[in-house]
Amino acid sequence: MPHAVTLTLPGQQVADRIRTRLPHAVRDVQPGYVVLEPASALEVMAFIRDDEQLDGKFLVQMCSVDQVTRIDVVYHFSSLAQNHIFEVKVPADHEQPVVPSISPLWVGAWLQEREVYDLMGVVFEGHPALTRLFLWDAFPGHPLRKDFMSLPGGQKTGLSQFPKQVPGQTGQEFRPPNPGTGQ
Amino acid sequence: MPIKSEPVEVNIGPQHPSTHGVFRMVARIDGERIVDVKMVVGYLHRSMEKLAEERTFTQNIPFTDRMDYLAAMTGNLGYCLSVEKLAGIEVPERAQYLRVIFSELQRIASHCMATGAFINDCGAWQTPVMYCFRDREKVLDLFEMTCGARLTTNYMRIGGVAFDIPDEFLPALDRLVNDDLPYRFEEYEQLLVGNEIIMMRARDVGVVTPEMAINASLTGPMLRSAGIAWDTRKADPYCVYDRMTFDIPVGYNGDAYDRMLIRIEEMKQSLRIIRQAVHQLPDGPHKTDVPLAIRPPAGEAYSRVESPKGELGFYVVSDGGPAPYRWHVRAPSLINLSVLKEMTVGQTIADAIVTLGSIDINVGELDR
Repeated sequence: MPHAVTLTLPGQQVADRIRTRLPHAVRDVQPGYVVLEPASALEVMAFIRDDEQLDGKFLVQMCSVDQVTRIDVVYHFSSLAQNHIFEVKVPADHEQPVVPSISPLWVGAWLQEREVYDLMGVVFEGHPALTRLFLWDAFPGHPLRKDFMSLPGGQKTGLSQFPKQVPGQTGQEFRPPNPGTGQ
Repeated sequence: MPIKSEPVEVNIGPQHPSTHGVFRMVARIDGERIVDVKMVVGYLHRSMEKLAEERTFTQNIPFTDRMDYLAAMTGNLGYCLSVEKLAGIEVPERAQYLRVIFSELQRIASHCMATGAFINDCGAWQTPVMYCFRDREKVLDLFEMTCGARLTTNYMRIGGVAFDIPDEFLPALDRLVNDDLPYRFEEYEQLLVGNEIIMMRARDVGVVTPEMAINASLTGPMLRSAGIAWDTRKADPYCVYDRMTFDIPVGYNGDAYDRMLIRIEEMKQSLRIIRQAVHQLPDGPHKTDVPLAIRPPAGEAYSRVESPKGELGFYVVSDGGPAPYRWHVRAPSLINLSVLKEMTVGQTIADAIVTLGSIDINVGELDR
């Protein structure tokens, strides 16, 4: 194997390679990943699989993240021959998320796409049989969405009501100064 | 005059010992041959990914036990590695060695279970399972000695392991690894490898080709049985696996028999790794000081370990809060089932049971 440890390809390198074939397919480039245009996502996926440099023949995993204004479908591709891994995201509309299915290209995607559809509600166009995987067919809604069973008025429960990390703090401040003494 | 028959639908599972949990296969059969197969999962769905969004990073560790309850240690390890990657935490050397030792012990326990259950599916009712359980119990005794639990260990922590090993652990491990298990694995080989009944039953059953294995994202013994020497411990070493010497067993035919041989050989390789790890085990702290309600910086991380079932990956997204914003598990049991239809259509029902047994699914991990 060329690398002793799996090399994580930077987003810029992946984006440059995709742009050589499909110049307008990349929407955004981040250090860790590439965001694709949903309209041409399927073409890019086919290119990723068959390209010699990217060589993403192995679909490591796919999942989805609810970003409140949109839903990101996240793909990790890997090359077993060159031992590298890279990440690609396809954004979808939050209310009507539709993303092209990659099941025709990767057999390993068809169960995972069903899972994403079941729990996040993303519709994969071109999937052979897009039905719920874990939950029953009459289940209301898609539970992994952030607004699933949300409280009225944007009330928060549980841990989400606690403050986020503050710059300059280590997260240790919650600890009492003298444990066990009540001070 | 030939007898006319029409296809019949048969439910295999969810309550059936050969489905290894509550997995249901709806097989459409014509006579004895399977024409079509449909899998129905979700009977053990506990919505762990949603629950995790309301719990701190540390509180989520017990979920990983209950996913693959036959390999809790590797589940713990994969999750802790992903949070450590996200938060940039250095783990003490002794903890890394302990993680390797317990992962490999867990691999032996899980493969014992897989081998025994597979032979059970082949028709050797219960006797081989008891042989394998006898050896698995001894490994679980070591877990109990260290962390008090046998199955849902909850042993790894973010930044190390929960407890250091007790004084009597290393002598007991030495007896197990050097005096006991090598002879047990010899015994397995004498009983199983070259056994004519097993060969008749498992050879050329449930065949995966290398192209199919890569295209369907198969991992673990499924991928290696197709002849692809891919192991995350070698390809992307985590903890201290880069300091260990071991081989990756591969098969040539991609059938159920190859997968059984690979599991037996992997158990022997695990013994090799444990011996080296014990030999190199340094002194020092077993855990670095990490806040209980750790708040990793906003970002995302994907990390993977080689669990006994395949590549177990954790994708964690943090928004800077005390709980993960999103937590996704790449479950090898689910993804290895992608080719169930290709593997079973055209076979008899009895062969489909053998095929399913050789995939070694765990429904707790499949449904999450």
